[in-house]
Amino acid sequence: MCGIAGLFLKNPDSEKDLGAMLAPMLETLCGRGPDSAGFAIYDATTPEGTFKVSLYHPDIAFDWQGLANELQARTGQPVKHSVNSTHALFHIAAHEAEIRAVLAEVVADVTIMSLGRRIQIMKETGTPHDVVSRFGVHGMRGSHAIGHTRMATESAVTTAGSHPFSTGRDLCLVHNGSLSNHSRLRKTLQREGIDFRTDNDTEVAAGYLSWRLQQGLTLQEALEASLQDLDGFFTFAVGTAEGFAVLRDPIACKPAVLAETADYVAMASEYRALAGLPGIEHARLWEPEPAVIYNWSRS
Amino acid sequence: MDLAGSFTIFRVITPPTIDSMPQASHLRESFLFNRTVIHEIQRAAEEGIYDIRGWGSKRWMPHFDDLVFLGASMSRYPLEGYREKCSTDVVLGSRFASKPIMLKIPITIAGMSFGALSAQAKEALGRGASAAGTSTTTGDGGMTREEREHSQILVYQYLPSRYGMNPDDLRKADAIEIVLGQGAKPGGGGMLLGQKISDRVAEMRTLPKGIDQRSACRHPDWTGPDDLAIKIEELREITDWQKPIYVKIGASRTFYDVKLAIKAGADVVVLDGMQGGTGATQDVFIEHVGIPTLPALRQAVEALQEMDMHRKVQLIVSGGIRSGADVAKALAMGADAVSIGTAALIALGCNSPKYQEDYEKLGSSAGFYDDYQAGRDPAGISTQDPELAARLDPVLGGKKLANYLRVLTLETQTLARACGKSHVHNLDPEDLAALTIEAAAMAKVPLAGTDWIPGCAGKERKAADF
Amino acid sequence: MREIDLESTPVRELNRELHDSIAGTWRVLHPHGAHALAVGIHAPLRIEIAGHAGYYCAGMNQEGTVIIEGNVATGVAENMMSGLVHVHGHASQSAGATAHGGLLIIEGDASARCGISMKGVEIVVKGSVGHMSAFMGQAGTLVVHGDAGDALGDSLYEAKLFVRGRVASLGADCVEKEMREEHLASLTALLERSGSDADAKDFRRYGSSRKLYNFQGDHASHY
Repeated sequence: MCGIAGLFLKNPDSEKDLGAMLAPMLETLCGRGPDSAGFAIYDATTPEGTFKVSLYHPDIAFDWQGLANELQARTGQPVKHSVNSTHALFHIAAHEAEIRAVLAEVVADVTIMSLGRRIQIMKETGTPHDVVSRFGVHGMRGSHAIGHTRMATESAVTTAGSHPFSTGRDLCLVHNGSLSNHSRLRKTLQREGIDFRTDNDTEVAAGYLSWRLQQGLTLQEALEASLQDLDGFFTFAVGTAEGFAVLRDPIACKPAVLAETADYVAMASEYRALAGLPGIEHARLWEPEPAVIYNWSRS
Repeated sequence: MDLAGSFTIFRVITPPTIDSMPQASHLRESFLFNRTVIHEIQRAAEEGIYDIRGWGSKRWMPHFDDLVFLGASMSRYPLEGYREKCSTDVVLGSRFASKPIMLKIPITIAGMSFGALSAQAKEALGRGASAAGTSTTTGDGGMTREEREHSQILVYQYLPSRYGMNPDDLRKADAIEIVLGQGAKPGGGGMLLGQKISDRVAEMRTLPKGIDQRSACRHPDWTGPDDLAIKIEELREITDWQKPIYVKIGASRTFYDVKLAIKAGADVVVLDGMQGGTGATQDVFIEHVGIPTLPALRQAVEALQEMDMHRKVQLIVSGGIRSGADVAKALAMGADAVSIGTAALIALGCNSPKYQEDYEKLGSSAGFYDDYQAGRDPAGISTQDPELAARLDPVLGGKKLANYLRVLTLETQTLARACGKSHVHNLDPEDLAALTIEAAAMAKVPLAGTDWIPGCAGKERKAADF
Repeated sequence: MREIDLESTPVRELNRELHDSIAGTWRVLHPHGAHALAVGIHAPLRIEIAGHAGYYCAGMNQEGTVIIEGNVATGVAENMMSGLVHVHGHASQSAGATAHGGLLIIEGDASARCGISMKGVEIVVKGSVGHMSAFMGQAGTLVVHGDAGDALGDSLYEAKLFVRGRVASLGADCVEKEMREEHLASLTALLERSGSDADAKDFRRYGSSRKLYNFQGDHASHY
């Protein structure tokens, strides 16, 4: 059970303020998610052939430079990287498969949080306030973001168990609710080749979407299929390269509020989290209908 | 069988046992399809609806009986009875409330509704609990005047149905117990059949008289611990942060549930194992959903300790508490108090042999009667029939309950003193040994005379570690 | 008139002051979606909330008048006993849940489960309501000017439902019933009290068919 948030900026001039708008949203959702927090920020697109890879290692003194050198040697291409607390963002010019293979070979315990051309996922244990401070969210920029504050239900409070979960390139998922059939679904998806790191039900939902997309479905179709195949209570926010999508299950017990102005579309579990956004007094406010897919994108 | 539409269930008189039948040594009963199972299948074929009954799980499962105390001898010293004190007081709700509950004994009376029980029974429970210095709890039907008047300390249940819920009673209560579920049916809602929906019950619950009550299984205005946190905030605001908020759960995924109750802001967690009784529900629910009190209790204490909340958020355990031995063992495993339901009704006279003739007329027998849902209780306890209810004298019933509570307390103290404890809360898992492998695994207590706890590695994993 | 600004005064102080008062008017500024505003009122106070409120606004209201000049989140006026709660904007889920009395007016839409388990309250929604509205409604009246979502009145007891717009689907044991003179009269009076100029004749009445009142095997699928 948790708090979720999404923010999509219509106006490119506001991109420098994305983090400053997102941070208080996460902090306000602390009451319903005190265990850990995470977010996905979408910023400038990398050049063709280069990927942004967000990596995590629990040791704050981890030798990221050493890893960068190794990757550079292996790929034969310059590798840029920047470190932020327990995470590091790498720019690697190589095929995705090669990146994953090399990383698996070179380091055992570095986790790939996200991979894509626009996305960067960061997540950690601790209160939302702590996580926001740790990563300096206030100063971040981008076109859109989704975020999550976690109250762990049936799996442990760990960094890996925090949301967002990456489902594929530039795709990620945050979830408020509790699935009831994720255990068997996990086994099915594992047989289909999807890897899981945690016992978390949300990771199963993320894996399910990945699988559907790999089968060639559009995001819309994958989310429609999830209404049939996932059992339980959920409000999902899905981050995509171009924007974000929101879906509530048909019973719709978990909350969601949407706000739209000329400058942005925002979503949160409680209105309180939206109350600090600029121009919120004049925003159009509404609730997403159950079993209806809402999608906002720049294209 | 009642032909008018509302149904009543009768059980056949237990057939003569094999032993009593002449020349029966060649007869062989099936383990799977024994006479009870045959009877139930044929009843289902007749009536076309599931069997509804009261009471809790009747089948064997690992329980406190499988644990024993390691009394003092050479390495430990016992306390003398009477002269050397063994205190039994407990404070509940010290986390947030400005007026926590102070009990003289670590045994409370569990939630049972007026509706499931008669007004006289509720009054008797109030009288007995007050005499013993402990609390009673309302049930899924609201607070009666009788119970509030006779119960010195009254816990007010807040259930999915919200029958009779109102702020005046909320303010009169000493504590509020938000019910997620009960051991007999975790995931199920309340149930009361038409024959017990009398005028008074109907009015309290805002229901038409004589209907079979359907109840919601989820709360109407919150789902999940994140929204429960906000609901708890509301209840505290309404009652000016004075009263402790309990959260009651039926035992299933207890480890996570207790952690979430703590995160949501509970002052006290009430845990009801699958042996816990009910006024009425489907037999399949009672017997096949939930986990026993023993492993649930251990999981709950582990959750509390992991969050460094043991003794800061108190734990009350119910589901099969019958004697001071059960009380003492529950406390030794880490509970702050226990709660009794079925045992309290038995103390008042439920299933007493003195009503044997009446039980037989109903197709049952003293010691077997569990048809609380029918409202024909010869002891006058689980009925709304005025004539039957009049059989229970609330004053006498109160005395009986007080006596029983006194015995439970004395027995607990006896065992605690034998282990050298001056307060019953100082009982410890290390004072226990297990007689069976299941109990050792479930309670994480070593098998007597060994260091072995199934599932825990070696000598370093002593019982006290959890 | 007393003004309380939630940007400088905690909700606890607001509620404590309201609980300690027997009369008066309050204006609550900058609510910013805060939860449990004006809960547990038990005197004929008047409270105006100048903005959007969070969960359980006016919860367990008794005799008070609470005006919300914005939207409300889950459970507005839950378990209200008497008095008036008037939402100028929209209401989220479970509006008026389990309420025993009083009048709840929602100028905009209410979401799912409006009037769930209602026990005597009168709820008038000028817009539409979401699915499972009046679920297990035991007593009271729900009036919807707009549409109603799926499973209206599922498992209904004796609550009366009036809908002017489209009903997406009816819940178990909920059926359309005849609008007789007495219903038109009481509905007209209620519409007037809620400030609506709608015509009672444009509404249809729904109620329980009472088939689930006693457990029977044939209806097992409804449970």
